[in-house]
Amino acid sequence: MNHWFKSGKPWIWLTAGAVSVSLIAVIGLLLMIAWRGLSFFWPAPIHEMEVQTPTGETTILIGERYETEEIPVSRLNESGVFLEDYELPVLQRYLIKVGNREYVPLDFTWVLEPAIVSDTTPKDLAVIERSKDGNFYGYPVDVLQNGESVLTSQDNLRDVLFERIERAVEFNKQAMALQNDEISTINYQIEQLRLERRGLQLEGKLTPAEEDRIESEQTQLRADYMAIEKELFALRDLAGRDAVVMRDMRGEEVALPMYRVLDVTFPNDMNIFQKWAHFFVQVGKFVSEDPREANTEGGVFPAIFGTVFMVLLMSVLVTPFGVIAAVYLHEYAGKNIVTRVIRIAVINLAGVPSIVYGVFGLGFFVYMVGGTLDQIFYPESLPTPTFGTPGVLWSAITLAILTLPVVIVSTEEGLSRIPSTLREGSLALGATKAETIWRIILPMASPAIMTGLILAVARAAGEVAPLMLVGVVKSAPMLPVDGNFPYFHVDRKFMHLGFHIYDVGFQSPNVEAARPLVYATSFLLVTVIVGLNLTAIGVRNHLREKYRSLEH
Amino acid sequence: MTTNTKQSQLAANRGRLFKDRATRWGVTFGGGMVLIALLLIFFYLLYVVEPIFRSVDVNKQHEFDIPGGGSTLAMGVEEQSEIGYRFNDLGELIFFATEASERLNRNVGDVLLSELVTNSVPTAFAMTAPQNNRYALAHSQGQVTVVQPKFRVSFPNDLRTIEPVIDIISGAEPLQVDERGQAIRKLAYDYDGESMLFAAVTDDNRFIVNKFVGSENFMTGAVELAPNFTEVEFNGTVDELEVTPDLRQIFARKGNRIYVFEVGINGEVSESQLLTVNAKELGNVTTMELLAGASSLVIGHDSGAISQWFQVPSATGRQYEYIRKFQAAEAAITEIVVEYYRRTFYAIDANGELGVFHTTSEANLYQERPADVAAERAVIDPRANSLMVQANNKMHFYDLDNEHPEVSWSGIWQEVWYEGYPEPTYTWQSTSGSDDFEPKFSLVPISFGTIKAAAYAMLVAVPLGLAAAVYTAYFMSPSVRKVVKPTVELMEALPTVILGFLAGLWLAPVIEQYLPGIVSVLILIPLTIILLAFISTKLPLKIRQQLTDGRAALILLPFILFVGWASFAASPLVEEFLFDGNVRGFITNELGVTFDQRNSIVVGVAMGFAVIPTIFSIAEDAVFSVPKHLSNGSLALGATTWQTLTKVVLLTASPGIFSAVMMGLGRAVGETMIVLMATGNTPIMDWNIFEGMRTLSANIAVEMPESEVGGTHYRILFLAAFVLFIFTFMFNTVAELVRQRLRDKYSSM
Repeated sequence: MNHWFKSGKPWIWLTAGAVSVSLIAVIGLLLMIAWRGLSFFWPAPIHEMEVQTPTGETTILIGERYETEEIPVSRLNESGVFLEDYELPVLQRYLIKVGNREYVPLDFTWVLEPAIVSDTTPKDLAVIERSKDGNFYGYPVDVLQNGESVLTSQDNLRDVLFERIERAVEFNKQAMALQNDEISTINYQIEQLRLERRGLQLEGKLTPAEEDRIESEQTQLRADYMAIEKELFALRDLAGRDAVVMRDMRGEEVALPMYRVLDVTFPNDMNIFQKWAHFFVQVGKFVSEDPREANTEGGVFPAIFGTVFMVLLMSVLVTPFGVIAAVYLHEYAGKNIVTRVIRIAVINLAGVPSIVYGVFGLGFFVYMVGGTLDQIFYPESLPTPTFGTPGVLWSAITLAILTLPVVIVSTEEGLSRIPSTLREGSLALGATKAETIWRIILPMASPAIMTGLILAVARAAGEVAPLMLVGVVKSAPMLPVDGNFPYFHVDRKFMHLGFHIYDVGFQSPNVEAARPLVYATSFLLVTVIVGLNLTAIGVRNHLREKYRSLEH
Repeated sequence: MTTNTKQSQLAANRGRLFKDRATRWGVTFGGGMVLIALLLIFFYLLYVVEPIFRSVDVNKQHEFDIPGGGSTLAMGVEEQSEIGYRFNDLGELIFFATEASERLNRNVGDVLLSELVTNSVPTAFAMTAPQNNRYALAHSQGQVTVVQPKFRVSFPNDLRTIEPVIDIISGAEPLQVDERGQAIRKLAYDYDGESMLFAAVTDDNRFIVNKFVGSENFMTGAVELAPNFTEVEFNGTVDELEVTPDLRQIFARKGNRIYVFEVGINGEVSESQLLTVNAKELGNVTTMELLAGASSLVIGHDSGAISQWFQVPSATGRQYEYIRKFQAAEAAITEIVVEYYRRTFYAIDANGELGVFHTTSEANLYQERPADVAAERAVIDPRANSLMVQANNKMHFYDLDNEHPEVSWSGIWQEVWYEGYPEPTYTWQSTSGSDDFEPKFSLVPISFGTIKAAAYAMLVAVPLGLAAAVYTAYFMSPSVRKVVKPTVELMEALPTVILGFLAGLWLAPVIEQYLPGIVSVLILIPLTIILLAFISTKLPLKIRQQLTDGRAALILLPFILFVGWASFAASPLVEEFLFDGNVRGFITNELGVTFDQRNSIVVGVAMGFAVIPTIFSIAEDAVFSVPKHLSNGSLALGATTWQTLTKVVLLTASPGIFSAVMMGLGRAVGETMIVLMATGNTPIMDWNIFEGMRTLSANIAVEMPESEVGGTHYRILFLAAFVLFIFTFMFNTVAELVRQRLRDKYSSM
């Protein structure tokens, strides 16, 4: 035995164990995020449970089973809960999401497994997704129009319900479109006029004629606004006509106004295909809709948009610099102290904590550069800063510096794989070095540059710490791209998937309710980033194979 | 014809050469940009940090004859430093311009408003704490007039105009402070927004206290004052009196003894403490003053020393205690002037030297005659931007540049005795709700937190990362390695915000709930692996040969998964039988250790996870690039694989492994999101594994958005970033240098 230990075999196995543990950690983590993220979209069955309360009565709970955990009985006893006729040391308890936030004190409740008297999943139970107060669970009973029932018989309840919801959703959509497009455009124009007036005033060119013109334009815009507002209110009235009556778990019937209802589903009455269809519809809604209720419900579209926009802006900035630096290091730099120092600088740029970039970006770009730009170009809107405040442009520049080393390292690797015979051949035929690089080397290295860019994008998409300082916000009312001239508003703040995770997971008022959404967002982000990385690895491997064949 | 073509060719060539040269310059410049970017970050951080270590700058603006007659009782400057005022011993309040203005037709020293505020020569004079800005003048019949110099700011034509106004707070009739109507010789006064407290010594040497309790009349909204008169027994003569702005304490000084009296809500007075100043050590007391926030008493001595005293919790309640001293001057201190909001004070000595000090940072910011003027009296404006000095029958007006007195190198890195604390401590507490707050900027606890977090992360990451790297590089067959390496490296791509979120919301509760499971995993998994290794030796040779090419890692997967699952499944049972079902309670009660849900284990695991790929990747490269002829030679000479690994391969690769660990450490030190989300972010100094920490990076992320741009807090956070930059710069540079050497070495082999 002793001899066996001396041979080192067990230690080798231990190192193998380290590999296994690492693999389990990576794959387990990815699987867990995928499972939790995707199960958010799956229609969960709604349970109707009869539960015995500590006082011996029974109550009815309707809701989704949210979580299951095992706890020792003794811990329960310590918190003052005693169970009779229960022998095992450990029992299960369920976290039930009962929803109906405005009617019950807590929309989540723990239920001990032995306390459940009966547990059924009736087909008529419905989940109503609402734009306010979260989900509602219960039995639909009636549909009202201006307070009167429109039901001819119980059989067509669902059809009527679906039809009325569709109508209300349609009106809401129109109202939303009015608000987001026309009203926001008018607001933007009014603000522009105010700035124009202020700018003229500052330059001393505000003649009475100009003032009259601005005044009349403003009056016109306000009149337009009033007209659209009227239209908006008309739409809202139309949407508010109907209501649905639900019987909730207390056995009471409550009327829910239809204009807040977004969707109704009967998850207990779905076959597997309907469930899959529902799943994909939910995924679609998640990536295309705006968040609701302080980001704890709804979709993440603005965050996706913000992330993509910022990353694209960053790519435009980082690629030329990264490639030039790599070309310098590989093609021009001599073997001297300067090159060594620059290499150390590259490594350090890669190693400096990202939060330091955030601090630097905030101080240098936002306050120093942005503040100066404001004074020169936007004196009319001061003291409200235009560029002197965190925004998507500064975020992109900050992340461009942060990801510069990624592009440099990857491009340089690509350059080093190009056989030197190609360079020599080109030079021998009379091309200058610049021509060789531009015509021969860079086109051949373009997949490597691509790889670097993909890796940089992946890194930037997942980086949150610096963005918290230089431009990301929990809720941006306007996207950085819209229909108002000049269309791209790089001074605006934006939403970001990574920050969305931090914000909803840690700063939201109802963490429990928001958690599945955070998992779903995480899954989305991880999918994008892992996908990008795998693409990069693929491109790189392909490239290696290609040049290996060139060398022979 | 030919010459023409030649010429055009030549021209074209010239153009090409020019382009070539231009490209060379452009590319070289582009390469240099990387270095410039790094230097820019370094110097910009330094540029923001630097002002906090500057000392005070005093620049003379102008001097003028003292406006109005008489000798000065007190003086002051308005917020914008445009107007100054003084009370003279005739009972006059005189406003004068301290800034010339053509528009308002004002010259420096012009009297703008002068009014007699008492109808007789005042017998005694007192002023409140500077931020209350009220003055009390005593009449001969024990009456007191309270005056507040005010300033009306208006903006005609968008230009700021400030006009002085005199507000007689006590109204037409002065307040009767001494009910016996004796003249007041010494007076102290303060005001808490509602009530007023007077402490006085009368002509017949009585020590009297009168608290005018204010109450608002519900009908008229006017404040009515009800006097509460007390005579206090006191032996001997009072030299100096002070009242705290919360109206709770009175200090009466007799020589080197200071009597502290507590004042009740309705003016009841009781003696609470006697401070005896050690005159041998500090010198005789010449003057005393309350510091901003009114928690500290600063005492000037005839030796030129100034001592600070504040209340410290003790067995007999909160007692004033001697805290620290400043050697402020060579000669006796004649006057101490305190700032409005910060704990900075200005001292004048008998030789006319001015000293500027800050108590918290123990900083000596300035000590000389300002522009060679022997100062007699001095005053500063509320924003501490200007200094007015009376000297030699002239007023001297200075610009004062004292932006960041709160910070000194020693205050950041050494223990500081903060107001109200029982002993000197390392504390980080940058903000609070109240104006009187003394900011505590010690970077020690958060630097400690950074090191603690990094240490626990390295504890997880180094063994796992290095072991995995060695196995992957040395034992694994190329086909398996090709899959395993990118998979582990994929971890590096995972956004840390996701790791942090999982650590905070999933791992932390799991660890709390399955603590016995975690411990058993740590013990059982290595045991299982060794057991399996042993079993494998007993297997038939045919199967053993299959295992040699590094498939062990894959074979172990299901076993490790099973052991892990079993440990967690059994955890509640273990908890039930060993700890009565409550490990948390056991740790808190039996071991006496605090247990937080978001603790160092969570951070260690989560951040370790983030660091493993960094270490793995670099170390794997280092081990893999050890030339094959070295290991083959060793094996050929009869060494076992393990001997070859430890004696040849690892030794050769050791610089690379070292650089991997350094890189990992750099990453762990700077990681933000994981620590932000997975720790409680409390700046404590304790190695306890069950408690959290606050790191430099998380501290920046939390506090930067709420700090005032250009303020001390903002700059201190930049300093934190700078410290992080330097930390990681060292780790990365050392790692890179070692790696470059290694590369050179191998290229010659």
